[in-house]
Amino acid sequence: MSFIANTPTQRDEMLETCGAASLDALFECIPEALRPKSFDLPAAQSELEVQRYFEDIASRNFANLTTFIGGGIYDHFIPAAVSAITGRSEFYTAYTPYQPELSQGTLQAIYEYQSDICRLTDMEVSNASLYDGGSALCEACQMALHATRRSRIVMDSGINPVYRTMVYTYTANLSIDFEKVDVTHGQSDRNRLFAALDENTAAVILQNPNFFGVIDDHSDIVEHCHERGILVIQSVYPVAMAVLKTPGEIGVDIVTGEGQSLGIPLGFGGPYLGFMATTKKLVRKMPGRLVGRTVDRNGKESFVLTMQAREQHIRRDKATSNICSNEALCALRAHVHLSLLGPEGLKNVAKLCLAKAQYAKQRFSEIPGVEVMTSSPTFNEFTVRLPINAMDLVNALIDRNIAPGLPLGRFYPGMDNYLLVAVTEKRTKHEIGILAETVEAVLRQETR
Amino acid sequence: MTPSDRRYAETHEWVKIEDNIAVVGISDYAQESLGDITFIELPEAEHSVTQDEECGVIESVKAASDLFAPMDGEIIEVNDALDGSPELVNEDAYGEGWIFKMANFNSEQYEEMMDAAEYESTHDHDDE
Repeated sequence: MSFIANTPTQRDEMLETCGAASLDALFECIPEALRPKSFDLPAAQSELEVQRYFEDIASRNFANLTTFIGGGIYDHFIPAAVSAITGRSEFYTAYTPYQPELSQGTLQAIYEYQSDICRLTDMEVSNASLYDGGSALCEACQMALHATRRSRIVMDSGINPVYRTMVYTYTANLSIDFEKVDVTHGQSDRNRLFAALDENTAAVILQNPNFFGVIDDHSDIVEHCHERGILVIQSVYPVAMAVLKTPGEIGVDIVTGEGQSLGIPLGFGGPYLGFMATTKKLVRKMPGRLVGRTVDRNGKESFVLTMQAREQHIRRDKATSNICSNEALCALRAHVHLSLLGPEGLKNVAKLCLAKAQYAKQRFSEIPGVEVMTSSPTFNEFTVRLPINAMDLVNALIDRNIAPGLPLGRFYPGMDNYLLVAVTEKRTKHEIGILAETVEAVLRQETR
Repeated sequence: MTPSDRRYAETHEWVKIEDNIAVVGISDYAQESLGDITFIELPEAEHSVTQDEECGVIESVKAASDLFAPMDGEIIEVNDALDGSPELVNEDAYGEGWIFKMANFNSEQYEEMMDAAEYESTHDHDDE
């Protein structure tokens, strides 16, 4: 029996109802180049053959690099207990369960995760998580547009450029007017940002630390926007929240971010974790699942999915978002990770990142021909200008098992010689020293 | 009992005219069908609307339903008490549970709305 249980007659009936002459005609809106060429699959293989096939693909990864790559995703230490706890079969699910109230343990875990995010960001409400930092930001944009009934969004160019591209893609079919405002000396440019605001502006999007690693106290921007009924969306790096001024402290309306740094291993394409938190005032505009704590009829504590009237399965086409799920397993990892570290532990991680990055900055500044961008304070990531194309340096260092950072040229035109260097608590003084020495040696050779 | 001092829309809003101001709410039948109301997204005050325009949302434990403007006109006031106590609509749909007030409304559209008896007949069969 065919896996697709439609009979040819049923298929024809459906096509007739849609008004399509054939199956190919139905898919005509997909550009031809993107349509599958064939569904002929290779012959079946044994388990051993399949295992070898995938091991071969996996072996092409550079898995043993000492990495200084960041740009939103960071190589943090993850205690072994995180996988041990989250791997328990009672917890091991990718989504919020259907018939959720039967799964009290999962709901409790999500509720506790929400509490973690609220404490980390000092916000009033967190949802049960979204897919990743980029999609969380996209959802925040839609939320701001709904809440203000305005149609314009101003973005600081210090937002992760990948997120910016995602926002454009996500909203391509909505009539939203975006304006990107360039940073000055790596920092949000107040004058330009304020000049870009008008009566139709729904929100300003900021990032802290921004993509160049720069930290900023956005209080003045928040104040300026609120006076004009404009919401402020801030994308943040959760580890930095342990030591920096939090979004809640400065009055941000919607906070989003990438939760990968909270116990989720580096993976090519994820799965990662988007978090989102907001104020009580905006909670009904917030997308995604939300777990609440209540008591059952016997007075016992229990957990429920709450405020579902916002969601697609109830609100249908009027829903504020089509997100009707969450990233439950990754959210659980974040919760377990944060619980194991505790507030002091996370603060220590943040302080180590900061101190080690400062050391790396100093070492880079001693390399002839390298300029460290120091006009603004940074957290665990900083930008350097090299005398050569940053991609050439990366290629030279990969051969020595070092990934020195993320070349900025692919994201920002004219920044081919700039490299974004990230340092986590995992990098040792020795490794930072080797990085600096190797960069210096390569540059001496390349610029000779 | 459906009060006969006002008119009704097919979408279950009621309109009562008091000194050239139209007070708008939802019918007892509507609140009964919705169940416990948990939140009302009130319309924007000082805002012009056209007939059948969605101008708010009523959330209950069962569903979220749109609130429609019954006539063209200007919303001049909203019932802020519903922000903290949306259950007023359940308790007193025709009184304390009013939702918004309109001025400069289209009185022809008001005249075309149903009276109490007509409105009741639209959902008689549901009560069996």
